[in-house]
Amino acid sequence: MRPGKMIKEVLRSIIKKPATNLYPAEELAMPHNFRGKLIFHPEKCVGCKLCMKDCPTGAITINKVGEKQFQAVIDLGKCIYCAQCVDSCLKKALETTKNVELAQLDANKLKVTFSGESKTGIENKTP
Amino acid sequence: MHKPEPDKFKIPVGPQHPALKEPEGFSVALKGEKIMGLEIRLGYNHRGIEKACEERTYIQDLYLIERVCGICSHSHSTCFVQAVEEIAAVEVPKRALYIRTLIGELERVHSHLLWLGVAGHEIGFDTLLMYAWRDREIVMDLLALITGNRVNYGMNTIGGVRRDISKEQAEEVLKGINILEERTKYYIEIATQETTIIKRLSGVGIISHEDALKLDAVGPTARASGVNRDVRYNDPYAAYGEITFNVITDTHNDVYGRTLVRVKELMESYQIIRQCLKKIPDGPILTKVPRKIPIGEATSRYEAPRGEDVHYVKSNGSEKPERVKIRAPTLANIQAVKHMLKDRFLADMPIVIAAIDPCFSCTDRSVSLENPGDRNKEIMTWHALRTYSIEWYKKQGIDFTELNNNLKNKLERR
Repeated sequence: MRPGKMIKEVLRSIIKKPATNLYPAEELAMPHNFRGKLIFHPEKCVGCKLCMKDCPTGAITINKVGEKQFQAVIDLGKCIYCAQCVDSCLKKALETTKNVELAQLDANKLKVTFSGESKTGIENKTP
Repeated sequence: MHKPEPDKFKIPVGPQHPALKEPEGFSVALKGEKIMGLEIRLGYNHRGIEKACEERTYIQDLYLIERVCGICSHSHSTCFVQAVEEIAAVEVPKRALYIRTLIGELERVHSHLLWLGVAGHEIGFDTLLMYAWRDREIVMDLLALITGNRVNYGMNTIGGVRRDISKEQAEEVLKGINILEERTKYYIEIATQETTIIKRLSGVGIISHEDALKLDAVGPTARASGVNRDVRYNDPYAAYGEITFNVITDTHNDVYGRTLVRVKELMESYQIIRQCLKKIPDGPILTKVPRKIPIGEATSRYEAPRGEDVHYVKSNGSEKPERVKIRAPTLANIQAVKHMLKDRFLADMPIVIAAIDPCFSCTDRSVSLENPGDRNKEIMTWHALRTYSIEWYKKQGIDFTELNNNLKNKLERR
């Protein structure tokens, strides 16, 4: 038995650099497999709605907006970022990004619509 | 109503209490500083997960089951997936089994390091908490590297795993494990030499070998009482059958023994991870399984960091399970706590409860209320139960009639 077994470790920490990250100042690198905000590519979607069926929280809705044209409404407040929809999609129309800064003061802004007309999959901000 | 006993003093601890991290209630009967009796009441955090599982498909259930516990999320999802795979008679690829084992062991490392910190905090040794949790970041980063997330890894799917592990990732894991092994050796040194730890934990929360067997303790709680029981060893699942490791037991029977078992288990986990990465075969990681699971039932066991986890799944041939039953390890260990605290001091309560590494929210499954003295069970309808509660409150002098009428009018106006 020896008292103060950790004292060396404690003293060493005085000169060590902090173990924490300066988060907002230094941006963190997300891991390779990270599952962040979803992106929808309307031109690839065939409207099979497998993603809607498999979503554990019902966060994704696919609407038909025209002949072979679909739009996705993703509720980021409901989404649990499991990326099961990305696995389920046969045409790879859904993709995860590394975007994590999704906090909003207005709950309506969490609903993101990916318009069917856009060919690039860029979100259309108007709900 | 309980008759007040003159020499005993009853104090409630919880459901909201600074010493407890989760809502659970203890009614402690005290005589001076000594605990004469302990009543445990769970059920403050019932989430209806089992029922919710029945209303979702197997694929949706994967993510729900993973959220039973925040710390042993991989344990619960693997246990569930194993049961479903047994019903569907799927042969899971070898590589997937090794990846499951690897994640399971990394999870055990993070859980045990977390426990070490919590135990340090409960005995007022916050330096240990800070250092153990700093080192835990290494394994959290490794988990994030492989699975993408720090918790709720989303690694399992029916028939295999969702993500493969690359050579670079394997090397990163080995590097991280080497650092952690050095740190763990240091913690073993501290646990066996530091006077404060030994004096505070020795002889606290004693449960004898016979009692541990009788009360069906599981996991490190049982192993610290010399019960040589580990599902990984006794009933190998995933890739554990091809891996050699020791089951750590201890004969201290107290919280000190449980600390030793956990830190020594960390060393075994590093060995298992190394063997996993060495022996992992090439090949596919997923077998396609139809969405409809054939009729059948299965029970699956898994050695979670806290002890044996049991899942029961019954399938009726559709896309949704008919019944899912989860037995979290804390439910098996909570009875032992009552025994450990008898005739002990009140000040030992936080560390003794923390020593089983409790996870009360995982344990809360369903609550059945019984009349004391009358063992006949009766099922009450929702309406009858509501009327009963209104009457009960009226007797206490609280009248909800006006409030209910207001609510009714409000609903009608809509």
